[in-house]
Parts: sequence; structure tokens; C-alpha cells
Amino acid sequence: MNDMSNKWIGKSTIRPDGAEKVTGRAAYAADTNMPGMIWGKVLRSPHPHARIISINTAKAEAHPGVKAVVTHKDVVDFPLDKSVMLGIQDMRWMCRNIMAREKALFHGHPIAAIAAISEKVAAEALQLIEVEYEVLPWVIDAEDAIKPDAPILHDFIKFDGKPSNIAGKLEHKLGDVDKGFAEAEVVVERSFRTAPVHQGYIETHACLVSVADGKATIWSSSQGQFMVRAMCSYLTGLPQSDIRAIPAEIGGGFGGKTIVYLEPVALLLAKKSGRPVKMVMTREEVMRATGPTSGSFSTVKIGAKKDGTIVAAQGTFYLQAGALPGSPIRGAAGCAFAPYNIPNVHSLGFDVVSNRSKVAAYRAPGAPIGAYGVECVLDEVAEKLGMDPLALRLKNAAEEGTKAAHGPVYPRIGYKETIEAAMAHPHYSAPLGPNQGRGVASGFWFNAGGESSAQVNITEDGNVVVTTGHPDIGGSRASIANITAELLGIDYKRVSVLIGDTATIGYSNLTGGSRVLFASAMVVTQSSEKVITQLKERAAKIWKIDPEAVIWDNGEARPAGANAGQFPPLSLKEIAAKATETGGPIGAGVQLNTTGAEGGFATHICDVEVDPELGTVKVLRYTSFQDVGRAVHPAYVEGQMQGGAAQGIGWALNEEYIYNAKGQVDNPAFLDYRMPVCSDLPMLDAVMLEIPNPKHPQGVRGVGEVPLVPPLAAISNAMYRATHKRFYALPMSPPRVLEKLEQAAE
Amino acid sequence: MTDTRYLAPQTLDEAVSAFAAAQGAARILAGGTDLLVQMRAGIARPGLIVDIKKIGEMNRITENADGSFTIGAAVSAAALADHPRFGKVWPGVLEAVNLIGSKQVQGRASPGGNLCNGSPAGDSVPAMVAAGAVVTVQGPNGRRQMPVEAFPAGPGKTNLAPGEILVSFTLPARPAGSGDAYLRMIPRTEMDIAVVGCGVSLTMKDGVCTAARVGLGAVAPTVMLVEDAAKALIGSRLEPAAIEAAAAACRAACRPINDKRGTIAYRTKVAGVLLKRTVAIAAERASRS
Repeated sequence: MNDMSNKWIGKSTIRPDGAEKVTGRAAYAADTNMPGMIWGKVLRSPHPHARIISINTAKAEAHPGVKAVVTHKDVVDFPLDKSVMLGIQDMRWMCRNIMAREKALFHGHPIAAIAAISEKVAAEALQLIEVEYEVLPWVIDAEDAIKPDAPILHDFIKFDGKPSNIAGKLEHKLGDVDKGFAEAEVVVERSFRTAPVHQGYIETHACLVSVADGKATIWSSSQGQFMVRAMCSYLTGLPQSDIRAIPAEIGGGFGGKTIVYLEPVALLLAKKSGRPVKMVMTREEVMRATGPTSGSFSTVKIGAKKDGTIVAAQGTFYLQAGALPGSPIRGAAGCAFAPYNIPNVHSLGFDVVSNRSKVAAYRAPGAPIGAYGVECVLDEVAEKLGMDPLALRLKNAAEEGTKAAHGPVYPRIGYKETIEAAMAHPHYSAPLGPNQGRGVASGFWFNAGGESSAQVNITEDGNVVVTTGHPDIGGSRASIANITAELLGIDYKRVSVLIGDTATIGYSNLTGGSRVLFASAMVVTQSSEKVITQLKERAAKIWKIDPEAVIWDNGEARPAGANAGQFPPLSLKEIAAKATETGGPIGAGVQLNTTGAEGGFATHICDVEVDPELGTVKVLRYTSFQDVGRAVHPAYVEGQMQGGAAQGIGWALNEEYIYNAKGQVDNPAFLDYRMPVCSDLPMLDAVMLEIPNPKHPQGVRGVGEVPLVPPLAAISNAMYRATHKRFYALPMSPPRVLEKLEQAAE
Repeated sequence: MTDTRYLAPQTLDEAVSAFAAAQGAARILAGGTDLLVQMRAGIARPGLIVDIKKIGEMNRITENADGSFTIGAAVSAAALADHPRFGKVWPGVLEAVNLIGSKQVQGRASPGGNLCNGSPAGDSVPAMVAAGAVVTVQGPNGRRQMPVEAFPAGPGKTNLAPGEILVSFTLPARPAGSGDAYLRMIPRTEMDIAVVGCGVSLTMKDGVCTAARVGLGAVAPTVMLVEDAAKALIGSRLEPAAIEAAAAACRAACRPINDKRGTIAYRTKVAGVLLKRTVAIAAERASRS
């Protein structure tokens, strides 16, 4: 079912959402309106850290046009002493993140919300809410937050028995690192720093919530309608059966929409006011109060033998969580050394809270931070050994049977193939000019499986409707249509793929972890196989032969065995036309908790040119090599690889949160939060290597997140070759580069 | 919140009297690429908007008989780019104007608005300063003129008297052997704001620089004319020592701040680098004119 003779799997079919999006007709969350709708707005903390003494909403409630006001008193409280997890989110932190409870923990933290007849009236009324604060000392950077005299954010967090801003620790151990380093002939140890960066989705958070007869309907932009339903249920007390969450088309998520900010607040406002409530964040609100990924500081030490065999590796990664616990230390500590077969590993992650917005997932959360330090140190190890940096990686590359420090023993993986392809590629040996340099780096991401549901229905006219339960943020609809068309042996255009809401499709975990095509292809495959069984049964009924004597081939039922050739084949259309008399509607659904999502690996090559007088960096050429399992829809897979590289270039070179002296974000807009624009990027070349995942019917591996893991180090290593200076901190923005270039030779 | 009135007068006199009568509650609208954004953000709440785009003089680009150019205050960047002659005579001014916002923004945004916005980082301003542009303004007490570098008063502030409106820029006639150029430093390649901007205009005769003007942006509270840099260039053959002296004068003139867009040290260094690069382009253009 899965080889190069496939008709649809492996073809870059026309994406079903393309025309709608480019013509502006696609319906995003902010495009939804209802009769009687009113507008919700959030009052946000002016202080980075303050105890909330009192909130008086009387004047605001009396303001003409105001229909409802909510504060933390309206949000379900989750006591601090008992963890209630939903996916990676703890409801203790979620209830405090959507509405400040005991304290305002960052500048921009929601304090109250108002629904009024217009945005203008809501904004006016916000000014009438009286909040008494006891302003507290605050701390922004994780490095400052772990100092002995740092202001403590949460009294209930203890580390080594003492109040601390270290909220958690994660450790992976393999072998004996002390023994390993004792055997090493070359050891390199370096410290690194990265700035927090935002996912930069173009569509800001938005929702419309209506509550009628105690039942809520939510239209919103998210990476999971079932996540939205569950979060809103927890935070408002409504049972999940009384909440219907309808996913809108999504204008980018990259992990940042695996969490809610507005939906439960709008629900509470809608419930109180009896009117549908719409909320749309401004870009400034997104930058101040939604989750970027962590900034970090880390130390990585790697020891090798003279022949290049790595014998020991140690990494310590401190990640900013923001105001409430939950930074992606698992991604940093777990993925850091995952590409390598190293006998002795110690990887340690610390979760550090400080007075900034709570982090959210961002494409391979934590993994780019781990890989940055490791892949930069490997570059120095290779240099010390006089080895080609890719040859060093190849010598130590993990393969089938390698035991990884974070737990698994790998099945067939394609990491070595990515290195070999990079070494053989013309890019790797292309000449370079003055002030130019080439860097390489690799990366790993876990990938994920989990719960998915699908329904495959044959329409009365013999076409196909597939419904799944995850928002499409990376091409899942087109890919699922390819797979369904392939399995049923029909034209791709005859398959419509829809995303069901929480009332119309079974539970499906959110779009994240590069899990969606892996998991939904499994349930769609099993559903399609059931449908094919039904189609064969219907044909057998029409022919009055045994169903076992029917085969499904190229979109048709054919009699087989002793009956071969006795009847003309029956097409899907012909069988569908007779569905009623042969047993009723044809369709099948499958719900699974999928497993077997094996890890993804990539190796990147990057060429840069540095302007030695201005410190500006131009990325001249960029090529990504990735084990993509099976490229069900190659154009989308390439798009994922290019998108990850582009985001990595932004992270490495210019993106950062700048805080002012008052503890406020000073660059809460795209003018000064510098994501790359098109003209900043060269063509980002993508080389797909297809080493099928043996645990998946189509060989699918997640492809969406690995592309953001190698770029930080690939660019850093290229900078070293271009300037002969090692950079140990991101972003490598022009002022920092120029300062480094002017330092005396190291 | 009070309502905003909108007027689109046909004549400058009408515009001036309505604008002056509003006593500071009015704002002038040309392209609106600053004003409308400020209004949406709640920063500007004008009681009256006076749209000047219907006034003939404000919309004209005139190449005068003596070779000078007069550009109306409402002329858009795109209209200036489309003019058959302007970019040939003042390529540096045009390249600066073409850096305002994005292509889409330039369909509306005007160099006049760029100047009136009072930003030290406005891209067209250092090039206009280098060009020796003179601005005409009109108010209740009539018309007056001033050199463009005298127009800005500080970040977001101008030296327009109450009730005065910017009418036009006049760029002088170009002797043979003249060239101008504008360069800015931005961390991205477009859609960004100048960390440093440098405009240079030169006239060369027999290999000797006979006239020079240098405008620097984003390194002080206002865009500046750097006379010492010009002095270093005039009379020289643009040899390395003269250019280095001009770069040093630019660095010395810098009075920048540390902010999210750059540090004092960085901006100061970059001012010198840009001066050298801009002079090279202007000199090359002068050699071809």
C-alpha cells in the first residue's frame, strides 16, 4: 500500500484550504459574528509583581453599556497543594494565568475582564475598575531569579527545602559521566544563553462564545478544540457535555495555541451577560501576555577520544518558565544528546519562574535550546580533533539499537542518512568568499502519538467525506485526502476532509508534538479498511456470492477466486447508489490511542556572510536534510522544513524580548520584535530522506518540529567560520556581533 | 470620547484657516500612515482632521525653470518614484523616500508626512537635509521658508508655529558633477526602522569635491546636518584621509541613546561606517552626472 507506485501518497496535491486562504474567504476566529454579540476586553496588570489587595468593579458595572464583569472570583480555583494535569498544563497554574488570583505575576497579567456593547465602551469601562496593589520587588531573567536574594514569586515552591524560584528539575542519566570524562582525551565545556522568542503566529488569539440554556458554544482559533473544551470545563465548572468547541481556520500556532487565554474568560462573560461575547487580542497583548518559549542559560561539556569517539556528555539547562511553572525542560534535557550514541550521559534541566508571561509550547519545545549548546560544543570538539564536524557526528550517530539517555532504544531511524546526505551534497563543498562561513548542526525531536478519532463516510453519490478531530496547521487535510484516495483507489478530488467540532467527532488530542498525521493517518487507514470491507460485502450481496470472494482493486469491487470474471466490476459510485437496499449507509469510524511515533532527526548546513563593519549577518544558503519517514504530501513536508529553518534564523539572529527598567516588554510589536521577513532569507532548500517508520502503516514520522532544532547551532557555527569568533549567546544581533568582532582575538 | 470632524478643503487658505481655528485640536491628513495608526492605537484623538490631498499645490511635483524641484507636502512616495525626472536628478532622495514603510505604505505615505512626524529616524529626512531642501510653510501670518534641518524640534516635535502647515519642499538646481545617496542600517533587510540613517550630496569638479552636505538620522533627538563632515570633504579629492575625517565628524556629532533599537556605541560606530559607504555611492553617481 505504500511504495513508489502510489498514485496519491507522495504527490503534492492541491491543498483543500488554499484558494479560500489566498482569496481571503477562509473563516478565522475573529471572522465569526452573532446577532446580539458584545465585546470582551481584559484589564491587565501595570506591575510586573504585585499582591492584589482588592478589586472594586462597582463603577465599571454601573457604566452604561457594560453587560458583565469577571475577576478571579468567577474562575474555578484549583488549590495549590494538588496538581490537576491536562496534557502538559497544570490547572493550578492555568486558573492563575487566565486571571490573576493572589498576585499579579507579570506586566500584562489579566486582572479582570469586561463585556460591553462595543470595544470602545469596554475599553473605557476597564479604566473604572479600581485595583489596590501592594507592589512587590520583581525579577525578569532566570539567571537573576535563582540568585540567593532574588524576590520569590511563589511561597509554595521549595527547592532543597527552601523557598525558591526553581520550580522543577528533570534528570536523565546513562552510564557514569565521571568515569567517561576521565577516559576522554579532549574535553570542551562551554556556557550558552538564549533569549525567549515568540512563536509569531500572524493571527492573534480570538474567540466568540455564546451561552444559551446553560450550554456553551465556542468558536476559536486553537490547536485543539478538545483542549479548549476541557480547559473551559475545568476553569468555568461547566461539564464538558455542555460545551461545544468549534475550531476555526487557524492563522498559525507553532505550539502557542495549545493553551487558552480568552475562551474561558469569554465563556464566563457570556454566561453572566446572556449575550454572545467576542474577544480578539491585539498584537501588543499577544506579546505581553501570551507564552513565548523559554529563554535559557546552560552549560554543556563533551569528552571524546582522539579518534573522535565521544565517551561522555554532560548538560545543565536552566529554562525560564515565566510566571508559573512549566518550562520545556524535558525537551531541552531529553533531546540534547538524543542524536548520539554516547555511553555516559548526564542531562539536567531546571524550571525557573520569574515575572514574565508564562511560556507556551513552541515547535519542539526546549529541544532547540538543548541542541544549541550540544551542537556548538561538538563543533569545537571536531575542531580540536582536526575532524570534519559532520564526520564527528557520523562516527557517533545513534542508530537502530542505540540506547538513548532519555530512555528509549531506537528502532530503525534515519539520522545517519541525514549526515551522509549532507556530506555528499554540493552545498557542503561549495566555495566560500571572504567574511563567509559554513556551519552544520543536527537535531532530534521525540514526535508523539496519542488519541485520535476519524470517521470515513461514503456519500450517496459515491464520494468520500473524512472527518478528523484536529485543527490543520501543517497540511493534515491534504495528507489525509492523499491517504484516503490511495486506500480507496479513487481520485483525490473525490475526498473531502473536514475537521469536526467536539460534538461531531470523537475525542482527538491537540495538534502538537508532530503527532497529527502520524495518529490521524492510523485512524483514517483503519476506518478506510473497514469501509473497504463493507464495500466488498455490498458487492458480494449484489452478486450473491461470498464476501471473501470479492477483492477491492483500483476503486472497484471485483469478483475473485472461482468467481473471477463472472461479473463486471462494481465502482464505488455503483455500490453507493445501492447502499440502501444492500444494508444502509456505508461508513466507519475508528478511535485509538496511537503508539509508535518514533523520533525524527535532521542535519542542517548554513552559509552566512558577516558585514564586519556593521555586524549584520546574511544567510546566503541553507539546506536541511531530514528523515521524514514518508512524505505523504511532499510540498507540505518541504514547507515544514523551510518554516522551521526560517524561524530558527530569526531566533538565532534577531528575535528577543527586550524589557525596560519597569519590568515591561519594550518591543511588543513586529517592528521591534524582529522576525525575519522574506527578503532576509535565501531559498531554504529541503532534502527529504524517506526512511519509513516501521511502526506506521504509511511509514509516517512527525516532520513539523525537528526543523527548528538544528538552526541555532548551525548558524552559530557558521558565524565562527566567517569571523573566527565563537558566539555563545543569542540573538547574534548586529550590535552584539560588532562588539564581539571588536574584542581582542581570543 | 469626542467625535472627530473631517474636512477636505480645495484651497490652502481654507485649510490653514480651519486648521488654525481648531487651536491645536486638529491634525493634518496626507497619506495618514502615521495619523490613522496613532488614532487606532488611541495615541491621537483629533477633534478635526484636515485632509490636504485635494489641494493642487500640495499634490504637485514641479521641475522649475532654474532646475530646482518643488514637491508638494501631500505627494506620495509612489508618485515621486513615478516621476520621470526626479529620481534621475535626486537618486539619493528617492531611494530614501522608497524606504518609508513598505511598497503598500508608499502608495499613501508622503515625504511631507515623514518630516512632520518628527521622528529622528524618518528615512527621507537625512536625504532631504543632504540635498539642501528648503521647506515652505503657511500659517495664519502667511508663508515662510526654512532649511529642512531647521524643521524638526525633537522626537515627535517640529518648529511649525501654531496653525502652520507644511506646503512643499524645494530642492535646489544641480550643478554638473553632482550625486547624492542615502543608506540606513537596519537589522532586517526591509520593513524596519533606521538604527542610523545617512544622506550625502556631493558636487565634484576635476576630481575635487566643491560642495558637500551630510545628513544623519536616528543618532540624536533630531535629524542633523553635519557641517564638519561636509567641511572635511569639501576641497578634498575624497581621498581616504578626508573620508575618514568626515566619518570621524559624523561620529563626533552623534548624541544617540541606548534603546531597544541600538546602543550608543553601536550607533556611533555605524554612523561613521555609513558615511563612508554613502560618500562612495554619491561620488560614483557624481562621476556619471
